[in-house]
Amino acid sequence: MERVKKEAAKTLRAFLIELVVYAALVVTYFFLVLHFLGGWLHGLEAGHRYTYAGVAVLLMIGQAVLLQNVTTYLLRFIRRGAK
Amino acid sequence: MFFPISGAHISPIYLGIVGFVIGVLGGFFGVGGSFIAGPALRIVGLDWNYAVGTDLAHIVGKSVVAVRQHRAFGNVDLKLGFIMAIGTIIGAEIGAQLIQMLKRAGNVNFVVSVVSIAVYISISSFMIWESYKTLRSKKGRTAAATSAAGRKHDPSSFGHVTRSIQGWKIPPMIHLPVSGVTISLWVIVAVSFVGGVFSGFLGGGAGYIRMPSMVYVLGIPTHLAVGTDLFEIIISASYGTFSHAVKGNVDILIALVMHTGAAIGAQIGAIGTQYFAGPKIRLAFVPLPLIGAAIVIYTLMTGHKL
Repeated sequence: MERVKKEAAKTLRAFLIELVVYAALVVTYFFLVLHFLGGWLHGLEAGHRYTYAGVAVLLMIGQAVLLQNVTTYLLRFIRRGAK
Repeated sequence: MFFPISGAHISPIYLGIVGFVIGVLGGFFGVGGSFIAGPALRIVGLDWNYAVGTDLAHIVGKSVVAVRQHRAFGNVDLKLGFIMAIGTIIGAEIGAQLIQMLKRAGNVNFVVSVVSIAVYISISSFMIWESYKTLRSKKGRTAAATSAAGRKHDPSSFGHVTRSIQGWKIPPMIHLPVSGVTISLWVIVAVSFVGGVFSGFLGGGAGYIRMPSMVYVLGIPTHLAVGTDLFEIIISASYGTFSHAVKGNVDILIALVMHTGAAIGAQIGAIGTQYFAGPKIRLAFVPLPLIGAAIVIYTLMTGHKL
């Protein structure tokens, strides 16, 4: 029973660390998009709707896929460093 | 914060919190959450058209995050998801055409409101009855005790009807090894088509109809229905986002801010499903359609579209 509790606590801690790293990356991603692409996206929405539509979908899917992969690799890297 | 695409001033913290709440609900129940996101964006002054399109864009990102988490637990049936996406998209187009027909007849708001209230209340009432009855049964109590470990054995008091539907041998029969179900392709298409029609007719992703339909009509275990519905939402919401963006209804910067909260919430919601058995998830689902009904009743009584 004690072992199960310890395992659960370990899993929860790993999940929370992953969540914190992921949250930091998501916020950074937004500010990068806002800073570098904000003006371009505004122009695109006004003049090139089809391109804007494609970029909008890509930005959403890209954010979710890319950032989760980066989080996974980052955590793996940190754990390897800790060992 | 000023968002130049829609010309709206909205607090990013507010958007993040709304996204987080919808993310948790989406990850746990497999719904898009547009019945909350739409009014939440509308309240802070975003135009209705932007609220609908932007909400769909953030649903895409949130669903990708939740699906990846659900997939890690083996809760996504890709084959079923792809088949359902086809039916949903066709149904959504027909639902949108229905709306246009009613607009021409001049009574669209009243008809849509009454239909949606009836649908929402029916779903909630049925799910209360079914999940409560299942949880009180011996099989249900065992399933609740084993939690997610027994998720492939998902008892339901409506199971006899589901089994008789699975017995309709209308070719082609589709075997879904991940869900452990063999069923006629036409039943899957019909379920997704009906969900799609409601999505086009009432707005949003209609996860509140599709998720219960997958459980009660197709016989998909609840955990798999949640994960697969989210996968199907990625496809249909991407299509909806593209279509709305072309019409100038998407502020992608607002969607990205909402996604910062939603992405975190979706992971928490998806993990949460691992600690609850199917009937308990279904019972907890009951308030969602009721919230939708309450919003529609409010709109009907006050004339203010939330």
